[in-house]
Amino acid sequence: MAKSALTKGDIIDGFVIGDLIHNGGMARLWSVSKAGIDMPLLMKVPRIGEGDDPAAIVSFEMEQMILPKLSGPHVPQFIANGDFAAQPYIVMERIAGASLYPWLEALPRTDAEVATLGAKIADALDAIHRQDVVHLDLKPSNIVFRETGEAVLIDYGLACHIHMPDLMAEEFRLPYGTAPYMAPEQVIGRRTDFRSDLFALGVLMYFFATGKRPFGDPQRLSGLRKRLWRDPYPPRALRPDIAPALQEVILRCLAVKPDWRYQTAAQIANDLGDLSQVKLTVRAEKLHRDPWTEVIRRRFNPEPLGLHKPAVIAGQYADAPIVLVSIDLDNTTPEREAMLRLTTQRIIETSPQARIACLNIQRINRVALDTSLDDAGHNKHVARLVQLKGWAQPIKAPEGAITYHVIEAVNPADAILDFARSNKVDHIVMGARDSSTLRSLIGSVAGEVAAEAPCTVTVVRKRYSIPPTD
Amino acid sequence: MHIAILSDIHANREAFIACLAATETAGADRLVILGDIVGYGADPVWCLDKARELLATGAVVLRGNHDEAVAKSTQSMNLNARLAVEWTRNQLSAEDRVFLGHLPMQVAEEDRLYVHASANAPEAWHYMLDADDAHGHFLHCDAAVSFCGHTHQPALFSASPAGKITTFTPDAAEPIPLAPQRQWLAVMGSVGQPRDGNPASAWALYDTGSRELRFHRTAYDIEAAAAKVRKAGLPEALAERLYGGR
Repeated sequence: MAKSALTKGDIIDGFVIGDLIHNGGMARLWSVSKAGIDMPLLMKVPRIGEGDDPAAIVSFEMEQMILPKLSGPHVPQFIANGDFAAQPYIVMERIAGASLYPWLEALPRTDAEVATLGAKIADALDAIHRQDVVHLDLKPSNIVFRETGEAVLIDYGLACHIHMPDLMAEEFRLPYGTAPYMAPEQVIGRRTDFRSDLFALGVLMYFFATGKRPFGDPQRLSGLRKRLWRDPYPPRALRPDIAPALQEVILRCLAVKPDWRYQTAAQIANDLGDLSQVKLTVRAEKLHRDPWTEVIRRRFNPEPLGLHKPAVIAGQYADAPIVLVSIDLDNTTPEREAMLRLTTQRIIETSPQARIACLNIQRINRVALDTSLDDAGHNKHVARLVQLKGWAQPIKAPEGAITYHVIEAVNPADAILDFARSNKVDHIVMGARDSSTLRSLIGSVAGEVAAEAPCTVTVVRKRYSIPPTD
Repeated sequence: MHIAILSDIHANREAFIACLAATETAGADRLVILGDIVGYGADPVWCLDKARELLATGAVVLRGNHDEAVAKSTQSMNLNARLAVEWTRNQLSAEDRVFLGHLPMQVAEEDRLYVHASANAPEAWHYMLDADDAHGHFLHCDAAVSFCGHTHQPALFSASPAGKITTFTPDAAEPIPLAPQRQWLAVMGSVGQPRDGNPASAWALYDTGSRELRFHRTAYDIEAAAAKVRKAGLPEALAERLYGGR
């Protein structure tokens, strides 16, 4: 059975034990090294002795199962699992950058700081959600940053992988998580909703922006359950200079019903990237909590959280995609515009949660020529935004679902691809010229985009017939 | 070693062929057939010959309740199953029936157990449908990983050292690591008559090195299999249910 205590200098499966970095209630973290592995490593060793929390073992098993399935810059790279029969451990990359703790010493933070940090965390959530993992324990101590700036989510002990058995669910009847950050559906024992992490992100951003946690730190189940019916003070009630747009984003993350929240982390990252484009609702201006009559009604007739089947994240992103529609205002005809609009309309009809980003590339000849600085250039930019809005006006989209972007660029294909990559676009829709003559001479923007895009591309073209050759 | 586990073929030649081809593509180097080679479908002779051939080349082949019913008596089966068993019995030679009747009920191999229904009185053919059923199996079994069939619905149960049972409905998306500190019971689903709403054949591949189990679904020519069921004069419901996997 497992050796009870490790000490510095011990060697396990070739890993040389270094300093004890953290001595936690569920596990100890050791700095380790191994010949042939050229990166700082961390060994996580669970506490499994008499009187230790049985959850420690199961949560460790979960992490051993889930961490090897994850990859990319937003998770620590998995190195090795140790067998329970000998010495259970997980060895993973040790992230060199900072933790959030120093940052928390100077709360509240400015809107810009909250939005930047929130977007980084949303990027990380987007990355793990697309790998079918719900973290379920997002909190400051589980977020670290690479030296290159990316947020890294650590500790998958309470996480759930949609395609793996959930060992935690059967083992414990009480909800497991961290009280201030736990989503309402987690409180009632649901562990398969990706949107639970979006709630936790809302709690984090609320905390960053106000210095206070929206639901405090309840120590009992009854206190935890309060968030099912009692809304927090709006952030602007605590700090009036918070922008309405930021309050909108935070309170939308904190909606009790998962269906009322953002549906994907990518959409949150997008909104935080440009608060000026956030659609404001009554939430944005709210300065008081809901009246007692309303709270009492909810207390005794709780809002049903909605039926929830464990969703495959691909389905969730298909229901709430970020769609980039590239509109060429320079070479267009009313017919071509109408076709592009019809395709966009169809997407909105089948995916009501879609975000549509209308993008126009204003082609310039040289990078140095910055036309947007002079008045003429500025007017041209505004004129194009007006044209884009005119194009989209007939589309019956929910308010706030469409945003408009005009970008100056030398190479339109590169600009479209850059936009798609940095905004986590799921689907690019663009037009193409009807006839192949010109395209074959100058090369096709649509062709280049389709070849390089990180997502689905729909090229809309009017059907034309090729004359028979004899 | 990569072990392909197939169960409940039920005389569906098209499904059996498709799955055997898929196991080869997936890199299987050992085959286990958990029983119910015959019953329901229209190709008992072909499927039985194939199983005999696989047995001769090193596969594990077990006896299921339908195999036993064909060899011996029709026990307490529902009407369609009984009609199919009686029809099947007439297709097979006496020698075939002896072969079916003498297949083993369970086989243990290293830390694995193969059984058609459950280690809890295998001859009672218990269905492994929920945590209580799985608990009954684990009480009678020391193997780290057990494989069974019989329910025609894929499932994966585990028992922690403290005896807590987890249940899970697996899909074919990802290989699942079977942690060695708990016991596992993997229910295969059916090759020849899936009943979990997905008409594609179900089987699984276990990698003994990484201890990862991957559930697979393989499409087969349902039209051909159903047409043969009808042509043989077997109950229409046995053809119809193949389309919906019900």
